[in-house]
Amino acid sequence: MTEAFLTSADAPTDVPLKRRLKRAERARQVKALALVLPLLAFLLFTFLGPIAGMLWHAVDDWEVRKVLPHTVATLADWDGRDLPDEKAYAALADDILAARAAGTLAIAAKRLNYAVNGFRTILTSTARNLKAPPEPGTAKETLGKINPAWRERTTWAAIKGASGPVTGFYLLAALDLTRNVDGAIVAAPPDQAIYRDVFVRTFIISFSVTVLCLILGFPVAYLLATLPAGRSNLLMIFVLLPFWTSLLVRTCAWIVLLQSNGVVNDSLRFLGIIDAPMRLIYNRFGVYVAMTHVLLPFMILPLYSSMKAISPAYMRAAASLGAPPLTAFLRIYLPQTLPGIAAGSLLVFILALGYYITPALVGGGADQMMSYFIALYTTETANWGLASALGALLLVATLLLGVLYGRLVQGQQVTGGMKN
Amino acid sequence: MSGDASLRTTSQRIAWGATIIIATLVFIFLMAPILAIMPLSFSSGAYLTYPLPGLSLRWYDEFIHSARWMTSLKNSMIIGVAATVLSVVLGTLAALGLAQWKSRFKPLVLAIVLSPVVVPGVITAVGLYFFFAPIGLTGSYLGLILAHTALATPFVVITVGATLQSFDMNLARAAASLGAPPLYAFRRVILPLILPGLASGALFAFATSFDEVVIVLFMAGPEQRTLPREMFSGIRENISPTITAAAVILTTVSVILLATMEGLRRRNERLKGSSA
Repeated sequence: MTEAFLTSADAPTDVPLKRRLKRAERARQVKALALVLPLLAFLLFTFLGPIAGMLWHAVDDWEVRKVLPHTVATLADWDGRDLPDEKAYAALADDILAARAAGTLAIAAKRLNYAVNGFRTILTSTARNLKAPPEPGTAKETLGKINPAWRERTTWAAIKGASGPVTGFYLLAALDLTRNVDGAIVAAPPDQAIYRDVFVRTFIISFSVTVLCLILGFPVAYLLATLPAGRSNLLMIFVLLPFWTSLLVRTCAWIVLLQSNGVVNDSLRFLGIIDAPMRLIYNRFGVYVAMTHVLLPFMILPLYSSMKAISPAYMRAAASLGAPPLTAFLRIYLPQTLPGIAAGSLLVFILALGYYITPALVGGGADQMMSYFIALYTTETANWGLASALGALLLVATLLLGVLYGRLVQGQQVTGGMKN
Repeated sequence: MSGDASLRTTSQRIAWGATIIIATLVFIFLMAPILAIMPLSFSSGAYLTYPLPGLSLRWYDEFIHSARWMTSLKNSMIIGVAATVLSVVLGTLAALGLAQWKSRFKPLVLAIVLSPVVVPGVITAVGLYFFFAPIGLTGSYLGLILAHTALATPFVVITVGATLQSFDMNLARAAASLGAPPLYAFRRVILPLILPGLASGALFAFATSFDEVVIVLFMAGPEQRTLPREMFSGIRENISPTITAAAVILTTVSVILLATMEGLRRRNERLKGSSA
């Protein structure tokens, strides 16, 4: 009430000033935004755009649409219950001849081969044996004679399923699922169903590494937080130096240490503990050792900063109130480190999920994680759709955990978990 | 020692002793690989085993006289320095803007700006590979510099942003009210105050680019191979002692970066202490 009265009383002199202030503030905001815009534009081009492009590749289905356009058009109103009619066969014959002339058949063949194994042969044999456009009305017969696969409903269902413009095929494949001839989602054939295993393996490795980092990192963080500043700063170098050392150097060093005629095996043999060299690398053990080594500082640093913030007065108070040391530790100290434990564990887990270089260099075939398969399908087999679909799933997992991490460290300093 | 006062009972002393023993073992685990690889680079033999047959600098000699290794070192420097300069400019501007910008979209923008750190390297690399190939930016220095800048800028935004938190924006206003043009005010008032943050951001940016290998694996042509990329193929094929020499050189760079960073941090703390 009084406020309203005061404003109205001051109105004649107050409004212009207020407006001016508002205008100045708005100009400042525009200027501030203008400073952020170059980076946003840059990231749009070098980061957001590429990632959006990758997500698009996961659902994009352009190949068959582009190479066999007439077939795709005629199949649009095919119900899929019986074989398509003569019109579709004629369109396909035309498309195949045109694609052969343009040299684009391989593009469609590759895409269709993902859906039905052996489709490439069907297409190429048809293209080879189809000398001229079949006489009107005989396309169905001619194609069926060249390759009996054209008398199968599955062959046509595969073309219809791949006619785009978008597809869930790759995303389903990344989850070991596929569509059967009637379009229902079913489990993929066992020889293609490997990705759930890869997901589970990626999560198991990441989780184990996180637990290892927590077990090894907690005492170190505790020691660093408890010691006087001079000594803990000195010991901190042992954490920061490996942290700043190149990932490649550290991975290389572990190989030198752990290989069969490496430093560890040699020393153990020298000491007479073992007779034959143990297999310590190019297996899961090597992956755990190297990844734990690389990620340990990411656990120690957030733990350290959360422990550093705990006042020793709490423990003294607990002791003076008669709590035995263990009880005081479990009931007073440990709960206060929980934010640090959560932040450090999440950070290590998120970083571990995306690991590629370390498992690729120190792991065996059965230790490769998601990233390895994404890289493999991108550069080796050029199955960009599947690579992107696997990437999309990994990205979603990472971002969900990342949002959780952001919530956790909100209020804490932004750099808490990062390289400082 | 601050711990002593509370170490009254035997069980506490045992717990503290156990902590020290475990922590020592972890410190050994952290340092062992780096310490083990260093002497091997000075070995006169071709095998990566102890005891060393003798000491020599032959592997460093080989490194310096190998066109492949020297090109990769040069590439790492070119890409690292260019990406650092670009990310310092973009990151500092953005940090200055973000410090003054008030909007409900700010958390979202901040999340976008910082996301290159969180997104797995392979995903960024694959996306860039698809995106840059059609426009001819794969197999080029420019493509790698742009990609590394995107990865490195978040660190500059974070470090400069942290310095700006303790920065009094009224100083900039005072400069303006005394008639300083914006650029002059930036150079004489803002820049000297945010310089420590800017320097550590630049160090982070350089370290990020200097250490990056996943994007280089996907995007670099034979002419743009960087030092980590060369090490990657070296480790894949067969670890020759030359790699250990390369590793020691890389580690030396890291140590210099870390030492500079520590120096900056100490100086900053001293300055804060004297102003308080």
